[in-house]
This record gives sequence, structure tokens and C-alpha cells, in this order.
Amino acid sequence: MKKLKYALFTGCTAKQSTPEQMMSTLAVARKLNIELIELTEASCCGASHLQDYDDFLSLVLNARNIAYAEKHGLTMVTICNTCQLNTAMTKHRLDKNPELKAKVNEKLAEVGLEYKGTSNIIHFLYAIIDDFGLDKIKKMVVKPLSQFNIAPFYGCHNIRPSELHDESHKQKENPYNPTSLDDLIIACGGMNVEYEEKNKCCGFHVELQAPHTAAVLTGNAIAGATDNNADMMVTPCPLCHLKLDTQTKHASEAIGREVSLPVLHMQQMVGLALGCTPAELGLKHHVTEVNFI
Amino acid sequence: MSTNKITTQKVNFKVFRFNADEDYLPYYEDYSMDVTSEEVVLDILNRIKWDYDGSFSYRRSCRHGICGACAIKVNGRSTLACKESMSTMIEYFGNDLTIEPLSTKRAIKDMIIDKADFWEKHAAVTPYLAADIDECPTCENLVSPHDAEELNEADLCIQCGACHYACPAVEINSDFFGPAAFVAAYRFEADIRDSDAERLINVNEEKQGVWDCVKCFECAEVCPKDINPIEKITKLHQMAFKKGVAKNNVATRHAVGFLHSIKKHGVLDEGGLVLYSEGPSIVKHIPVALQMFRKGKIIMPWNMPKSDNLDEIQKLIKSSSTVKF
Repeated sequence: MKKLKYALFTGCTAKQSTPEQMMSTLAVARKLNIELIELTEASCCGASHLQDYDDFLSLVLNARNIAYAEKHGLTMVTICNTCQLNTAMTKHRLDKNPELKAKVNEKLAEVGLEYKGTSNIIHFLYAIIDDFGLDKIKKMVVKPLSQFNIAPFYGCHNIRPSELHDESHKQKENPYNPTSLDDLIIACGGMNVEYEEKNKCCGFHVELQAPHTAAVLTGNAIAGATDNNADMMVTPCPLCHLKLDTQTKHASEAIGREVSLPVLHMQQMVGLALGCTPAELGLKHHVTEVNFI
Repeated sequence: MSTNKITTQKVNFKVFRFNADEDYLPYYEDYSMDVTSEEVVLDILNRIKWDYDGSFSYRRSCRHGICGACAIKVNGRSTLACKESMSTMIEYFGNDLTIEPLSTKRAIKDMIIDKADFWEKHAAVTPYLAADIDECPTCENLVSPHDAEELNEADLCIQCGACHYACPAVEINSDFFGPAAFVAAYRFEADIRDSDAERLINVNEEKQGVWDCVKCFECAEVCPKDINPIEKITKLHQMAFKKGVAKNNVATRHAVGFLHSIKKHGVLDEGGLVLYSEGPSIVKHIPVALQMFRKGKIIMPWNMPKSDNLDEIQKLIKSSSTVKF
């Protein structure tokens, strides 16, 4: 197989509050022989908040990020669900509206860039599943996670709106019963946990303005996984990870019940199965200790 | 005429049953039937009533996806029973389907729920045109096709409640208006004839207003009329800034804070954003921040990463900004 090569849009948390996500992304890419060209010029995607304030500016900034991936002639890979949503949504809106695209390009021309619409935008989870292949992962597993029940937590922005998901990715995902992360857990040798909250919201985006709503959603997710015998959770989204990993105290208070589970990034789970060391995967950076290794 | 061959398959239904006048607790009844690919969910409700139990209760009227009466949940998914084909449901969830009312805790009898909270919130956004129109006009009050387009199909809402009872924020925060009420608010805010000055302020208030939307996109996913409520919620955010009614609070500063951060670093300064949004209230985040700091999750201001070619980003912000706060 030809070596897989992507333009990596790291997003902001990978360089700040979730360093373990950056470490494990690179570790897994090394193991799978995937080449990632980091888009060091990229700005923040606006995290689904900037567009509430200034929609056009948000489009221009996201189009600039995509333009850099296009310059490399590569598919853009995101490692954050919200980056995926904002970037793919920008592409969707510009590709179907030539007038808007022209307006955005008029601005980008000021800095010598152009959005063409030639680069696809996919989440790393689907790069692994669709492009690399689950069967190949299965064959490469050296430390199967066979003694663990693992609860997949998909995160909203990778599966909804489903039309956007299906437009960007080869594998269609049922937004009411997604399976990709379950399949990846199984490929890594683990047992996937079925629970109601697996495709629900973690509350991250209203943590500051609606802390109670946010905490209840986080609490419900961890409680749902716990009640279905999960030993740990796994998520492809660093924002979900931040909520589930660092906010257990508020979540427990909000739902009136002590909840806490180790939460792995999707990349860390794959890394563990492929034989990466805990240090390579940054497991020491979790607030809720990963105590099973 | 569809050329698709009609197929039949066995489906097991687990159906929510409850009579608030008689039952202490709800229970589920099992029905097994052969379902054809041509049937919609409403056909199944009818067959349960006609073939199995005449007391089974549900709301239905038009059977054409326009009255909004028959919205229920199939395997937790809000759906308009008369519009949703059984083959789609089987494709989504397989052959074991659970049929429930939109909100089990609001159940009166079987699929029939008390939608009082939905209607109260609908009424709270003054969902009608406030306009000073000449009672004896000499010509029509024309709205151009371009201006009508601004409604973005928000006027197609049939108040079925599918999005309202799919919204996690509605379930947790009883003050939150919810996606359907916001669509109604947007419908009139986007109407050039409307002159209500209070509505936009009302839907931007904390607790009840658009800022408590969790951005989960459940509403967009379930809407049987493809109205995309979260898009309207986003537009209401933008209108608040454009029309100058956005208050200076943690929610609005959270949105504007992204701009400041991007201008300075290209990337987001996470700590800076929380400080900008919260102001002195940032102290409440200190315990979690300390835990995060100990785990190497907090970057000191002097180590803040910056995007390469930051000057490009700053130039674009200067030339492309369309709003001021």
C-alpha cells in the first residue's frame, strides 16, 4: 500500500490542555507509517463559538487553514471533533455557494492564498478506519486490550450533522447508533460497551455559560458507561476528553452520585494495543488517573 | 410509481404503555408483526390499535407531515410517525424497535404527552408579526423574494416538538426555550416587516436564551421538515451582536474572546479565553486548573504557542471583520 500522507490540523488543545493527544497522535502515526505534515500556519477554527459573533470572519479563517492543506495537495486530517465540524462545514458552505466562495477568496487574495476546494477534510479516526483499514490494525495488535470493557464516547461534532459527516468520510455513520469507534475497540482486542449516552453531548461548549447543564451531561455520560460495566471510556474528541477527564467533581455533584472513569483518547487506545509505551502516549497527563496499565 | 420491489420482514416492537389515570408506573408491551417496506411508523401505530388493543392512544390527524401531531420516539430518536418510513427505521436500528412518546416523563396516555412546556416556550417568544401596518392600505405590503429567503425555511415549522424533546438542554434546564421556540423567534426576527424590539433581547437572556444551546446538533438531525434549528440559533446569536442587543456577560464574552485570542496568537489561548469570559469569577475554576497544572495541562502565558504567518491572520481579521462588540 502507498504510504498514507495527510496535512495535520492539530487544533488548539493538542498544544495546550491535552498534550497527551498530540503525543499519542504522533506515536500512532509512526507505528502505522502514516506521514503527517503539521499545518503550523493554521489558526484556531473558532470552536463553534466565533461564528456566533462573526460568521464571515470565521469562514475566512477556516478557509485559510484549508488553503494551506490544499497547497500541500493533501487531505486535511483533524484530531478534534469541533475542528472537524467547523472546517468541514466551511468547506461545505463554500463549495455549494460560488458567490460566498468568491467573497472569501477576495479576502484570502490579500495574503496570497486561495481556497479551491480540492482538499478533503477527515477526522483521524476515519483516516485509521477507512484509509488504513481495521483489518490491518487487527493484525498489528501486539497487546490486545482483551481484559477491558471500553465505552466509546463519539462526541457530537464527528457524527452530527450526519450529512456533513457522510460528505466528508467514506464510512457512513448512523448518528443514532454509530459504530466506527466500537469497531476500533474490537480491532484493538477490547470489549465495546453499549450504553445510551455513547452518541450524546458532553456539555463542553456551555461549560462557562451553563455550568449545571454541562456538568449533568458529563455526569450522565460517565454514569451510563459505569452502569454498563465499563472499565474505561475512549473518545476521538479532546474537548469531550477534557470534560470527562477533568470535570468529574462538578459532574458528580450535579448528578448526586460519585462518578469517575479513566478516559483514553482514541489514539492512546490504538497506541496501547500497538505496543506504544504509556510514556509515549502521555498517560501521565490525565487528571483521572489511568490506573490499569 | 416506485419501481422498488415491496419487501416484508418481521419486526419486534416494544411499545410504551401508560395511563396516568390508572397506572402507577409505565410498562412496555411487545408486538411482533410483518412490516412491509412501504409502511410508515404511523401505520404501525394504527395496526397496534386496530389489530391488537383498541385502547392504545396516540395523536394523529393529517397523515401528510403538516399538522405535527404524531411525533414520537423510535429507539430514542424523535420522528414524525406519518412521514418516517419503516424501512429507514429498520436500516437505522434493526428489527427490534422501541416505540415511546416524545417524552416519557410527560406521558398522559401511551404516546400522548402533555406538551404544555413546549407551548409555553413557544408563546414566550412572541411568535407573531409585530408591525405597524396601515389598516386600509392602498397597495400590497410586498416582501421581495430575496427578503423572504432570509426566513431560511423557518416558517415551515409544524411545531411537532421533535427537536424540543430531543434537546438535552431542555431536559436539564427547564427555563431553556429550546430549538423550536428559537426557530419561531427567528422566523419573525428575520421578517423585514417585524418591529418587535423585545423578542431578540428575550431570546438572548441567560438561562432561557440561545446562549445555553449546547451545540449538539440533535435538533438539526431530527427535524422532519429539515429546518436545521441550530442554524437559526446561530443566526439569533449573530443578530444580537449586529443589532447591538448582546449583553456583556460570560456567554457573549466567550464568543468574542475567540477573536481576541486569534488576533494575538493565531491559536486559542485557553487560559486567556476563560479569564476574558469569566473576569473575576475565574476564581471558581482554580481547583480544576491546579489539578490540570499538576498534570502538565496548563501552558504558562510566556510559553503560549503562536501560529506561523500570524501577520496574515491579523491582516485577515482587519479586513474581514463584519461585527463590533
